[in-house]
Amino acid sequence: MGAARKKIRLGAGAGYSGDRIEPAVELAEKGDLDYLIFECLAERTIALAQQCRLNDPAKGYDPLLEDRMVAVLPGCRRNGVRIITNMGAANPAAAAAKVRAVAARIGWPDIKVGYITGDEVLKLAATSRGRVLETETPVARLAGLVSAHAYLGAEPLVVALAGGADVVITGRTADPSLFLAPLIHEFGWALDDWNRLGQGTVVGHLLECAGQVTGGYFADPGHKDVPGLARLGFPIAEVSANGRAVITKVPGSGGAVTVRNCREQLLYEIHNPACYLTPDVTADFTRVRITEVAPDRVAVTGGTGRRRPDTLKVSLGYRDGFIGEGQISYAGPGALARARLATEIVRERLKLTGLQPAELRCDLVGVNAIFPAVHVRRKHEPAEVRVRIAGRTPTLADAVRLGNEVETLYTNGPAGGGGVTKSAREVIAIASTLIPRDAVRTGFVSTS
Amino acid sequence: MKLHEIAHARAGDKGNTSDLTVFAYDPAHFARLERELTPQRVKSHLGRMVEGEVVRYVLPGLSALKFVLTGALGGGVTRTLALDAHGKCLSSVLLGLELRDEGKKTRRSRRP
Repeated sequence: MGAARKKIRLGAGAGYSGDRIEPAVELAEKGDLDYLIFECLAERTIALAQQCRLNDPAKGYDPLLEDRMVAVLPGCRRNGVRIITNMGAANPAAAAAKVRAVAARIGWPDIKVGYITGDEVLKLAATSRGRVLETETPVARLAGLVSAHAYLGAEPLVVALAGGADVVITGRTADPSLFLAPLIHEFGWALDDWNRLGQGTVVGHLLECAGQVTGGYFADPGHKDVPGLARLGFPIAEVSANGRAVITKVPGSGGAVTVRNCREQLLYEIHNPACYLTPDVTADFTRVRITEVAPDRVAVTGGTGRRRPDTLKVSLGYRDGFIGEGQISYAGPGALARARLATEIVRERLKLTGLQPAELRCDLVGVNAIFPAVHVRRKHEPAEVRVRIAGRTPTLADAVRLGNEVETLYTNGPAGGGGVTKSAREVIAIASTLIPRDAVRTGFVSTS
Repeated sequence: MKLHEIAHARAGDKGNTSDLTVFAYDPAHFARLERELTPQRVKSHLGRMVEGEVVRYVLPGLSALKFVLTGALGGGVTRTLALDAHGKCLSSVLLGLELRDEGKKTRRSRRP
């Protein structure tokens, strides 16, 4: 283990499944990295991937895995950069096979690819006595359960890194753990060194959404200006053995690393900042200090932690009916009145045709779709309004009919309705539960 | 004056819970934000969007106030009927909050 290493450079190659690929290539080529890490699993992504796997046992991993590997493997190989990613989604084994196939194509046949097993706990969850956190109903009574994945921590990744893997693939792993693992591996941090793990979790949390710490999700012209967002650079954390980190990016790339965007990302969706639960540690972000040490170089210290939780969080994917939606636009004088008339017509049509959604939402986009409390005065009538009607239905056929009721406004509704779009989809919703840590058996499979 | 003039904000989500953090651009304004942005004030500004409670965390070292709003995302990103399923726009909606005119308040309180 390289405990003697002075500094480790981690790069974030993706902040979500569909993220831009060129910034990851830029990091692989010019980031002077030790590790390139791709976080690509949102709450629902893995449940959808599970559906893909049911249809085709060779699928169920991230749809952009191949494109990403084709793009970054040459640079990673040349520069000795190891890859860690949760792009395995519902099928890490198939993802590993795909990465090996890509590597062979680019002349790297002896690549070592490892994958982590054990996050899939559907059988365990379906028969458990646990309760759904959101509703407190027993998990066993959740109808239409399609997937259950435990959030794994850094530990199995550390095993994979110690085994020499060039690429490590997981399914569900807590996002910051993907970044904490190489720090534990390189610096030899103990798995109960809670303050180090807390600070490492701060680093992981800052990087896991990639561009969100280098100037993405931040610009507000005239208040917070960010240069070069079309070629936004993804972040690099330069981490010392004591956990001190400097957040930076490739010189010349777009965006900016500042105290302001680092503090926005530090507190991003963590709820209680004194008690951020991960599989590795109960992290405390309240004493974190963020200081600019040079342009586009921001130092982050002071993350601490306490003992890790005894339970692991499990994401449960379940079938939750269908959503049908239709949209239509009105413009010019009287647009708002015609939009409101359109809404009334659709509501009446749903009654007349016996289509009764369990829940119905009628928005006027540009008026109240985001913030329903806004009161619109006549003199402030918008130049154009888009009607959006969405409803929850028990069947796909009903969801389709709902969209059709918006579409028929073309020839049966108010004057000048245009630009109809409609959609109908099945809802795979997510709920959570907790299971004892000991009930989950993780493993690591090395392939080469 | 709107909150937008002296603060910036970021929105996040977990399930049906929205997580909004507000930061003073100038640390000198933080005390004012702490005074004015009570959980009640935030909840009343967002109106019927928030079905549950609003919990506030105060982080003076980062000039930050975090608000955790339960039942604010129409059932959560995976099942909501809302156009903005994640509630990403809510940080900007919050920055539209009108701050009280502290000068007037001071004068009034000085009256005998």
